[in-house]
Amino acid sequence: MRNAQLNSTDSKHRRKERIDRGIKARSSDIFALSSWREMLYLAAPRCIPIVGCLMLPLVLGIYWQKVLLSVAVFALLAISWDILEQSGMISLGQALFFGMGAYTAGVFNHYFGWPPFLTIPFASILGGLISTVILLPVLRLRGIYFSMVTLIIPLMLVRIVEATRIFGGTEGLSGITPLPSKWLELYLIVGALLGALFGFRRMMGSDYGLVLKAIRDNDRSVMNAGINVYWFKAQALFIASAIGAFAGAFMTHVYMFVGMPVFALDYSILPIAAAVVGGPGTLAGATLGAFILVPLSEILRGIGGLRIVIYGLFLVVFIVALPEGIFHYIQRKYHQFERWVEV
Amino acid sequence: MFIGTVLYAVVNSVILALLAIGFNLTFGISGVANFAYGALYIMSAYLSWMLLNLLELPFLLAAVISILITTLCGALMYRFVLLRVRGQALSEVIATFGIGLAILELFRYLGFVGFEYTLPVLIDHSFVIFGAYIDMQRILIVIVGAVLVIFLWLFTHHTSIGLAFRGIAQDERTALSLGINSDRIATLSVSFGAGLAAIAATIIIPLGSISPSEGYDVLIKALAVCIIGGLGSTGGVIVASFVIGFAERFTDSYISSHWTMIVSLAAILIVLTIKPSGLFGKQKELEERI
Amino acid sequence: MHPSPLLKVAGLYKNFGGVQAIHDLSFDLARGELLGLIGPNGSGKTTAVNLITGFVKPTEGNIIYNGQNISGLPPYKIIRMGIARTFQMVKPFYQLPAYKNMIIPLYSPRVKKRVGGKYGDRDAVALDLLEEVGFERDAFVAYKSASVLPQGYLKRLELAKAIALQPDLIILDELFSGLSLAEVASIVPIIEKLRLEGKTIIMIEHRLKELFRIADRIIVLNYGEKIAEGFSNEVMESDAVKKAYLGAEA
Repeated sequence: MRNAQLNSTDSKHRRKERIDRGIKARSSDIFALSSWREMLYLAAPRCIPIVGCLMLPLVLGIYWQKVLLSVAVFALLAISWDILEQSGMISLGQALFFGMGAYTAGVFNHYFGWPPFLTIPFASILGGLISTVILLPVLRLRGIYFSMVTLIIPLMLVRIVEATRIFGGTEGLSGITPLPSKWLELYLIVGALLGALFGFRRMMGSDYGLVLKAIRDNDRSVMNAGINVYWFKAQALFIASAIGAFAGAFMTHVYMFVGMPVFALDYSILPIAAAVVGGPGTLAGATLGAFILVPLSEILRGIGGLRIVIYGLFLVVFIVALPEGIFHYIQRKYHQFERWVEV
Repeated sequence: MFIGTVLYAVVNSVILALLAIGFNLTFGISGVANFAYGALYIMSAYLSWMLLNLLELPFLLAAVISILITTLCGALMYRFVLLRVRGQALSEVIATFGIGLAILELFRYLGFVGFEYTLPVLIDHSFVIFGAYIDMQRILIVIVGAVLVIFLWLFTHHTSIGLAFRGIAQDERTALSLGINSDRIATLSVSFGAGLAAIAATIIIPLGSISPSEGYDVLIKALAVCIIGGLGSTGGVIVASFVIGFAERFTDSYISSHWTMIVSLAAILIVLTIKPSGLFGKQKELEERI
Repeated sequence: MHPSPLLKVAGLYKNFGGVQAIHDLSFDLARGELLGLIGPNGSGKTTAVNLITGFVKPTEGNIIYNGQNISGLPPYKIIRMGIARTFQMVKPFYQLPAYKNMIIPLYSPRVKKRVGGKYGDRDAVALDLLEEVGFERDAFVAYKSASVLPQGYLKRLELAKAIALQPDLIILDELFSGLSLAEVASIVPIIEKLRLEGKTIIMIEHRLKELFRIADRIIVLNYGEKIAEGFSNEVMESDAVKKAYLGAEA
């Protein structure tokens, strides 16, 4: 497998040649099991993040544990965004899913006294279902309608909560039952992140995922196979919104509060930025992006509002200059080596 | 009260139409959804304010300069950012959204918030029509709105650039083969859209004040009108503006101002369910397109 | 005529804006028949196919398939009933290898259960199907990315995608256009084999010579109207057809 890239800036007519590392060629076959080195080559990219994520809560201090918590939440939102993107829906309103989950969990805990172990799964499903039903009509249209509608609905919902004073109005609902222990909190969200990352990565790589991606590329061709495109899009939308709703429901119990901020633009923008910076289309890129951007924004807390300016610029720079994202770059370096050859 | 409500509803509708028409023009011609639209609107208002208060230029001159600068910014945005990602809907949406975000949040960070940030009315005068008070600025908005619509119609139907606009809007490939430079037309479409945002800002901002959150509001309103009217259809935008404008004003007067947003949201959801492409949408549903 | 036609099109009309793309089109199609649909460019052949497969809704008229009225149904329902079609402009998923392109039709509810769903099952079926349409297994053509395959293979891929649905009626929209004589000659046996299996086929073609050799019956369209119908060579003798073809060229 050789890919060549012409280097236009170079005057001496060289080109960069990319060649699969021998170990990659060998380990993509059954012989991978023949040596420890090759098994490690295959296993390391999967094991390091798993072990890393499971160890992190133990080594971090209280403050950074909280940061890890929000990293995981934003990574889940970014994964949800990425699944939608791979199915051809560009969401500008992850806050809708997040907020739906958060409010559902909050309402059922506050008014009906359901414990967190009931509200979190219930809110993931109900929140996902409500978001899907709201967005169902837009699925019939191609292009940017989905982006437009997802952008405005959470912003309008904020106004509606404010105006009608339902569910606590501007004050929100406080006194939500917290999760029993800090460790449970941490490992629940980290486990959910790892499960979502590897599970949905596998799903997108299966035949089902192939159909979803095919809908993005050429829905006509998928329709021509007797497949109901809307039904599949609705499924993808439900999966993505349920992930977002789970994150929201979880955060409600962590903050012991739910209110208008759950529909804030932050929950829409940061996941997109994470997915774009990390590299859309792999889910791992989205997670990596969250692990870079969220701690970065904690470090940059001092500059306040300028953070969002930086996210905005990040989005533009990455989408124009490095549209494939960081993860693809790392992946390439891992699997291939490069050399210059004279032309 | 009824006549007053109708009068204000008309003004409200024209404001909505003014806000949406630039976004719609850009999308209708080149298919670029300019999510930086609200930011351009606010940017032009701040520019006017700065020219007016810091350089102490007369208001009309300041307004004209800021409209021109905003128009130029639209063109630059296309040349340096959008051109590189042309045709990829994902990248276009995210790039314009990112630009808009950066502009608005930068103004917020720099502290441009408060009631002193506003633009003066052109003619400070008000009078009574059919027992309802109305000020000159609102009447001016209606006049400017009407003039702009007529001007746009004449422009797209009777000038060569306008005809090229329509050609590109109908079929980009055919237009290309007829020697119309689609990149130049797209640049113009984005910059004209930005210019329309600036004109709208100049005339509408004096009713309130300039603030970054207003930028998001403008984007929401423009998007809502376009979704209901149907993207790319000028007639649809005007009809949708009047539908929302009247609905909002009447709920405000007869029910409660809290409900105005719910009315808009309900209108969007109902229209999307019944006719997803909007009232006058040219964009066909999946099945109908080959 | 067969007592119960597989497909019956009756009084079909389609207007695009003010343009009449299809004007009062009626024909029957017997089981196992190969019907050729010809006509000058823009005569409404592809629109007729789009109407039958539901990609375009008819303004008026009925399409009866297997005794059921299918006009106005969405394409996925029609295709599930056993009508498969190819597209004139082939648009494969370029970044995928050819055999992965076959996964989409093999995922169709029509054939999903028959194919088996375990990991890799569909890949194996896809490779078999591709071999049938001439993707040489020994040369690993099926594993090549669709973006590097020549037009001839892309057309075969398109045909294989239609065959994968195990349809009763196959509609081939200009399958031969853009192919060399040798490529056409290698695809014709595949079509003949489909006929032997009892499939009903509608072919839209500009390559009249090749079509006349295999078609049972020809329908000639012009400006959306049927101007002639009959056996292969007879139709070309008709005055209306001569005028339509020569008049269009003159």
